Amino acid sequence: MSRSRFTRRGVLKSGAVAGAGVALPTIFTAGSASAFTNEPTGATVTFGFNVPQSGPYADEGMDELRAQQLAVEHINGEGDGGMLNTFKSALDGSGVLGKKVVYVTGDTQTKSDAARASAKSMIEKDGAIMINGGSSSGVAVAVQSLCQEAGIIFMAGLTHSNDTTGKDRKANGFRHFFNAYMSGAALAPVLAKAYGTDRRAYHLTADYNWGWTQEESIRAATEALGWETVETVRTPLSTTDFSSYIAPVLNSGADVLILNHYGGNMVNSINQAVQFGLRDKVVNGKNFEIVVPLYSELMAEGAGEAIKGVYGSMNWNWQLDNPGTKAFVKSFGEKYGRPPSNSAHTCYVQTLLYADAVARAGSFNPCAVVEALEDFEFDGMGNGPTLYRGADHQCFKDVLVMKGNENPTNQFDILEIVELTPRAQVEYAPDHPMFAGGDLGKCNSGA
Amino acid sequence: MLFGLNKKDTRFLIIVVLLTLFTPFLMQPFAETSPLAQFNGGYPDLMAKVAIFGIFAIGFNILFGLTGYLSFGHAAFLGVGSYAAVWMFKLLTLNVFPAVILAVIMSGLLALVIGWISLRRSGIYFSILTLAMAEMAYRLAYSVLTPITNGETGLQLRPHDPRVLDGPGAPQYPNLFGLELNDSYFLRLGDHVFTFNVGYYFCAAFAILAFYVSLRIFRSPFGLMLRAVKANQQRMNYTGLSPRPYTLAAFVISGMYAGLAGGLMAAMDPLAGAERMQWTVGGEVVIMTILGGAGTLMGPVLGAGTIKYLENIFSKINENVLHQWFAFLPDGLENMVVWLIAHFTGEGWALTLGLMFMLVVFFMPGGLVEGGRRIARLWRKRRHGGDGGADGDELHRPARSPHVAE
Amino acid sequence: MDDIILQFINGLDKGSAYALIALGLTLIFGTLGVVNFAHGMLFMLGAFCAVVMQRILNISAVTIDETQKDFLGRPLEVKTPYAELWFGPEIGQVIVNWSVPLSLLLAVPFMALVGWVMERGIIKHFYKRPHADQILATFGLAIVIQEIMKEIFGANPIPVPAPQSFAGSLDFGVLLGFDPNVIVYPYWRLIYFLFSSVILLAVFAFLRYTTFGMVVRAGMADRETVGLLGINIDRRFTIMFAIAAIVAGVAGAMYAPINSPNYHMGMDFLVLSFVVVVVGGMGSLAGAVLAGYLLGVLESFASMNTVKDALPGIDQVIIYLTAIVVLLVRPRGLLGRRGVMED
Repeated sequence: MSRSRFTRRGVLKSGAVAGAGVALPTIFTAGSASAFTNEPTGATVTFGFNVPQSGPYADEGMDELRAQQLAVEHINGEGDGGMLNTFKSALDGSGVLGKKVVYVTGDTQTKSDAARASAKSMIEKDGAIMINGGSSSGVAVAVQSLCQEAGIIFMAGLTHSNDTTGKDRKANGFRHFFNAYMSGAALAPVLAKAYGTDRRAYHLTADYNWGWTQEESIRAATEALGWETVETVRTPLSTTDFSSYIAPVLNSGADVLILNHYGGNMVNSINQAVQFGLRDKVVNGKNFEIVVPLYSELMAEGAGEAIKGVYGSMNWNWQLDNPGTKAFVKSFGEKYGRPPSNSAHTCYVQTLLYADAVARAGSFNPCAVVEALEDFEFDGMGNGPTLYRGADHQCFKDVLVMKGNENPTNQFDILEIVELTPRAQVEYAPDHPMFAGGDLGKCNSGA
Repeated sequence: MLFGLNKKDTRFLIIVVLLTLFTPFLMQPFAETSPLAQFNGGYPDLMAKVAIFGIFAIGFNILFGLTGYLSFGHAAFLGVGSYAAVWMFKLLTLNVFPAVILAVIMSGLLALVIGWISLRRSGIYFSILTLAMAEMAYRLAYSVLTPITNGETGLQLRPHDPRVLDGPGAPQYPNLFGLELNDSYFLRLGDHVFTFNVGYYFCAAFAILAFYVSLRIFRSPFGLMLRAVKANQQRMNYTGLSPRPYTLAAFVISGMYAGLAGGLMAAMDPLAGAERMQWTVGGEVVIMTILGGAGTLMGPVLGAGTIKYLENIFSKINENVLHQWFAFLPDGLENMVVWLIAHFTGEGWALTLGLMFMLVVFFMPGGLVEGGRRIARLWRKRRHGGDGGADGDELHRPARSPHVAE
Repeated sequence: MDDIILQFINGLDKGSAYALIALGLTLIFGTLGVVNFAHGMLFMLGAFCAVVMQRILNISAVTIDETQKDFLGRPLEVKTPYAELWFGPEIGQVIVNWSVPLSLLLAVPFMALVGWVMERGIIKHFYKRPHADQILATFGLAIVIQEIMKEIFGANPIPVPAPQSFAGSLDFGVLLGFDPNVIVYPYWRLIYFLFSSVILLAVFAFLRYTTFGMVVRAGMADRETVGLLGINIDRRFTIMFAIAAIVAGVAGAMYAPINSPNYHMGMDFLVLSFVVVVVGGMGSLAGAVLAGYLLGVLESFASMNTVKDALPGIDQVIIYLTAIVVLLVRPRGLLGRRGVMED
């Protein structure tokens, strides 16, 4: 009797078909037949799509899920092919390595525990070979370390904290999304140009890891350009009424309010700040301004009128003018009737990138995939030339600086692209102090 | 008279042990090739979760089922147990025993403090006190206590943890003297595949122990005292007995059960997140207990199993899966059926949960155990056909207090 | 000094929302003795009344504009609200803009209906059941309502702005003799404060000065005796439940510009409203209002940086800490009566 670490139900499923009719009980391990966790031996390979389906980010999760389904269609040669037409890939529209891609879905609930339970059931029960998706950094880090232990690949969805590819980086985990440091590096010059270098900033920061890394990043980037930070105030995650944090801002001598908030926090804090009339005031002889460093389409939609003219940054936007973007927006828009969000884009791209890496490596073995993805240069995925850096598994590409559209013509162009910050400007060393303390470790194939 | 139990209880305990041992079969009723394989729950994580939340609920039931004190703050003990266990993994050794022991001790201490304060009040005031303390623990753990708890991300193992007791060749995963908890053995019988997981049996052993202890408490004079607190605290006061020491003891015991559950959770999956302390988790165990049947021995376990199964299995039935199931229907009808069912599965799993709560409380007052008992009675009545006299007579007698084992 | 005045005003305003949310809950507690875990959902449903009103007023005629393109390069569909077509763009825009106050017209009858259906359909069956059963039933109901709202409106928050006329803020500081911009407060929040005061007073007056209120108060004190007097207390309790639902609903509708409506906001406010009620004292209306203001003011002070520097994380826990202290010092809450909900 031998044993194995994680079940290989995927193998068993296909193995069982061949072995149907075997009446005698057999005790076995798939380890003897396979070289790594959940090695696919049948005609299909299973991807796991782990996204929030309940809780505050359920709509974002739904958008991610749609994009992932679209990616699977394109990999299997259905639909119009989307970015496979613009991205030079090793995929030929017949699945991956001759296997048709199927997928399972699960609900992260935006909680580390639930996300890990869901990911575990995909690995243990459904035999998933990779996990993709997610909508917060806590969940991304938790699932990433689970995948490292289990020996499968994790392609992170929306996660913006520096830690995901910083102090919590893992060999089996990859992040396409940008991070707080990049937001700061891209945003600061634009802010300096628009509002001048002599500004005094007041930060309201969601009181947990992501908020802190963003505050640190934005602060460093703006101070380097001559801004002064008057005050940084931490707000509890559960806050819905920010009035007691916003009320003292005007009297603090600050002339810019930076909201390091996301999701419901951001929607409420910016609306309430605007209700306080902050943007109609003149302080230190300058117009008072608000900045939301991390934007997403859905949250911007939730904030409504309040974001008009407010600067922020994004990983990608459907309004970009390049062939990859156009191909993706077309196939997504025609299928679902709305343009994709930037988290949908990331999840779509991550799924294709994984499949392409497998095809290039010629194997589903996680270690081979890691090797294929590390230091991989590609283009045609909507972000221009992009590098998956081997040292920390972070993607490097241009970053978008956005502004709330003053005169939107329809419900989808509420944000406009102000600047496409070139990749060189947002690059940093893998051991930059904000990312230090991490260790990729060795890739784990579960063998 | 085995283990100090009477015959009926011994039989009951043996049934529970057998059920626990054969869970890998019971939760895996469908062949891998069958379309119903989606409903199989016999994979390590879910089996262990059912055992762990079973322990959590059994412990909660000692407090709530016996004394009637409704705590909304037991999530705090679950969280503290997890944090204690992961710290033990980081500092001392990846062997699970020290971790589980520290988890129980730490949560016991916290329970002593919180219980000592909260038990000064009763009724809803007690509930709010416990809720407030757990919510404080959660919020602090998520924010300012990040150096200890690692906040949003959760406390996790790192390659460079000291682990002073582990040698260089020691396993890199929580283990039982070298046997790693995520090891599994498989048994194939035709198209069926069954998984036997070390971690599950480790949790199951504790679950049986937890169940046995709770059975003994239910039967002991101490248990009787606790019931007296629920029945009539004033009368108890008049007889010169102070209920406080008894309720405090029950509170601490149930807190230690929660800590054990938290420690086991960390052992099965070495990451401790602050969300474990949120009031919703404390509320979940309340719901599990009430759903299964508060005050009964099996009820809480049943409730825990039902909710965890729903959460993990139903949430994964997406439209794609539904289309596969109903592919045999004509297209229009298929889409309609899928559209309808999709509201209750996949992202709609919570709706099913809510509806189930309402249906159970409407039609099975007293929970699933009570409902099962009623169905059994109905069935018996039908079998004995026309034996209505005895039943009719029963109505005029005070209701027999049912055997807790039922 | 100016910070303290600012945070005090701010706290009173916050507190007015808390008091209003808790008022309905304590009515149900006090009169019906039911632990209603679905109370937060009533608040949420109220907020969505504002959303629905906004959507109704925005029902639009669609014209196709060939000159503009949508995101897929197709001709753009331009929507013009009927309100603007019928009443001219200026008046039409004002009507659309006033959707939040106008939504009260929708919220009152709708919430009354919701309250009536809830009481007759579900709550009624649980008066004599243990609190545990009440919790399970109402919690289940809360989940069901929440999921239905998610199905209809999605999970994303929906922006519902306050009328333009109330944009901007009032400079209190100048009135009090401080420099400009030191103590400013948004008009809409001041409206909310006044609104909540009116509702609170109305409910108090109703219970104090009408026969109906007198009977209900008597029922709160001793339900059986009132029943023995031949008074149909059940019908009055149904009405009471509907009133509680209306109060929670209008509180939610008017709050929509401050907290953008989303399907899970009911759960966010559930714990808070319970804490307010318990701190105030079970079954005491005045207690709930007092506790609402107290917690609002304390929370505002706790969010000041000087306080946070001295006690890190205090703003995270202040509400709960206050609840613990109050319950330990004054066992039955600020104004609670002995023996209510203690079993």
